[in-house]
Amino acid sequence: MIEIQHVDKWYNPSLQVLKDCTTSVAKGEVVVICGPSGSGKSTLLKCVNGLEPFQRGSIAVDGTLVNDRKTDLPRLRARVGMVFQHFELFPHLTVQDNLCLAQQKVLRRSRDAAVETSTRLLGRVGLGGYGEKFPSELSGGQQQRVAIARALAMNPVAMLFDEPTSALDPEMIKEVLDVMVQLANEDGMTMLVVTHEMGFARQVADRIVFMDQGQIVEQASSGEFFASPRSQRAQEFLSKILAH
Amino acid sequence: MLDSFDFDVIRRSLGHLLRDGLTFTLKLTALATLGGVVLGTLLAVLRLRGPAFIGRIAALYVNAMRSLPLVLVIFWFFFLAPYIGQWIVHAERPVPVGIFASSLLTFTLFEAAYFSEVVRAGIQSIPQGQVAAAEAVGLSPAQVMRYVVLPQAFRNMLPIMLTQTIVLFQDTSLVYVISAPDLLGVASQVAHRDGRLVEMYVFVAAVYFGISLLASSAAGRLQARSALVHPPT
Amino acid sequence: MNYHWNWHIFWDVSPDGANSYLDLLLQGLLWTVATALCAWLLALVLGTCVGVARTARVAPARRLAKWYVEVFRNVPLLVQLFLWYFVLPELLPPAVGLWLKQLHYSSFLTAVVGLGLFMSARVAEQLRAGIESIPPGQRAAATALGLAGSQTYRHVLLPLAFRIILPPLTSEFLNTIKNTSTALTIGLLELTAQARSMQEFTFQVFEAFTAATVLYLAVNLCVVSAMHYVEARLVIPGFIVRK
Repeated sequence: MIEIQHVDKWYNPSLQVLKDCTTSVAKGEVVVICGPSGSGKSTLLKCVNGLEPFQRGSIAVDGTLVNDRKTDLPRLRARVGMVFQHFELFPHLTVQDNLCLAQQKVLRRSRDAAVETSTRLLGRVGLGGYGEKFPSELSGGQQQRVAIARALAMNPVAMLFDEPTSALDPEMIKEVLDVMVQLANEDGMTMLVVTHEMGFARQVADRIVFMDQGQIVEQASSGEFFASPRSQRAQEFLSKILAH
Repeated sequence: MLDSFDFDVIRRSLGHLLRDGLTFTLKLTALATLGGVVLGTLLAVLRLRGPAFIGRIAALYVNAMRSLPLVLVIFWFFFLAPYIGQWIVHAERPVPVGIFASSLLTFTLFEAAYFSEVVRAGIQSIPQGQVAAAEAVGLSPAQVMRYVVLPQAFRNMLPIMLTQTIVLFQDTSLVYVISAPDLLGVASQVAHRDGRLVEMYVFVAAVYFGISLLASSAAGRLQARSALVHPPT
Repeated sequence: MNYHWNWHIFWDVSPDGANSYLDLLLQGLLWTVATALCAWLLALVLGTCVGVARTARVAPARRLAKWYVEVFRNVPLLVQLFLWYFVLPELLPPAVGLWLKQLHYSSFLTAVVGLGLFMSARVAEQLRAGIESIPPGQRAAATALGLAGSQTYRHVLLPLAFRIILPPLTSEFLNTIKNTSTALTIGLLELTAQARSMQEFTFQVFEAFTAATVLYLAVNLCVVSAMHYVEARLVIPGFIVRK
């Protein structure tokens, strides 16, 4: 579903942030990208839906090349959902309008169809009845669940998560992770998740991709990675993360 | 069109334009800035630290000045100045006050309202911790203001004050309405005398544009360099 | 003080034989408001275009917009009005120039265009600051959903930016009203011009200018109150208020 081949990215000639990154996500697979800060995880994620450009290599989503100049990027982005660390709900729109905006303007659904989808999805993430509220009236966990619903409203073929729980207070992390677990197990959604939540990774991820300093240092199935990481940097990272 | 543009008329009157017109404008700008900053600072301090009654009067003054068109205020002081002079000197009839004096009075009093807002924002931007530390050492409120708050406020607000000065510089063109011999006034005289409005007005526009552009880029560079950094409290 | 006060002067009939001085002052006020509203409309439309261009991802648009702002910001309004009123007709083909000079409401139109363009640069700068103050994640989220550039501006960035800059925009509207007085130099009979004219005919200087002052203050008060109401209606729950 997502094919990343030998991607290189420079911010300027002296700063290379992605070095020869190659990996893939099969349909229905859940892949977690982890690693220390500054390793380029979020950057790589943002390259997948073209939010960040890259200079070398190629990325294909469901057969469509992201870096091809002829690609209709907005149409591609409509098919790939993205959830941000800081939720990024539109503060001037109600929850329902947040969900309906792109449905109506990009997918050209009618208002009724959009509202129906929104209502259904809000119920799914446990926020039925919150349609008329504004984002500022919601807690962080609630906002993030709305953000997930907003991405799902576009019927994406894959979902990208950029540290979805890093900005949440500890007691709200579970409610968001539960939604993500449900998405992975019940809907079989193709997911590429950047996160520090190793519990989630162990429970749901099919594969782990470990990045450090712009490179993909190790990739393994979830079980293998946690049981016996092969590279030293991965071992160090895991020992620090899992210490508490 | 351009071939009939008479550069010669500009060249011939350049001396007159610059020596008399531009000098008037620049002198007015400089002196009004000085007076405006001093009065504006006084107004700001009175509003923030003075007795409530005085502070309210100062606020009223600032808000009134900022609600009125400059042209109107120019007319006001043009006609009022002789009476003020009469009152000050205890004369029998209104004292004729020159155009420059009346303009200077106008712009000082008018721009003081705007400068006072800048200074007020500057004073309020100084963290409370600074004032607390100064008072803890035993400085009186006046000393705190004079030695701790105002110096920092001015340093922070310098770029904005420079911008306000550039605005003042452009505002002085309005003395045209009382036939003052500023840059525009002199150019206008030449324009009507020689029948060359296009050249004169374009010249004036170019001079204002050039000076303002230079000054605002200097202000921009100043802003990039002079922001005081306070350690996180 | 040797000045003779005569507050009844307002009800005297002016030299035109039909209107009292008070009538003329109020007519002047009408012209002030009309000019300000038309110029402000022009300023908003143009200013929005230029402000958006200032934040565009296309460099030539950004540069063009920057120069637009620099030109209108660095020349005094009075000089700009003179350029429009006296210089432009001379630069155009003689027939067009003549037509312009003989236009029925030439002072009004010139004032609207000149003031409108002058203020559009300021609106553009306010809008640019407003757009730049929106967290970049908002634009990213809109783009990630598949919204095209223009859709992102129309549905997310502009609605947010305009709410953010409502207070400074109000100031700029008040400035527009004040700046209409500059147009008396090109013959617009707005409020200050009428006060001056009344002063020239009656020598009741302070009555005339007091009336003008009171009227300007009244207009100011009305606009500020109206904008408070608008701001209250448009506030995004919890978004700006918490600042």
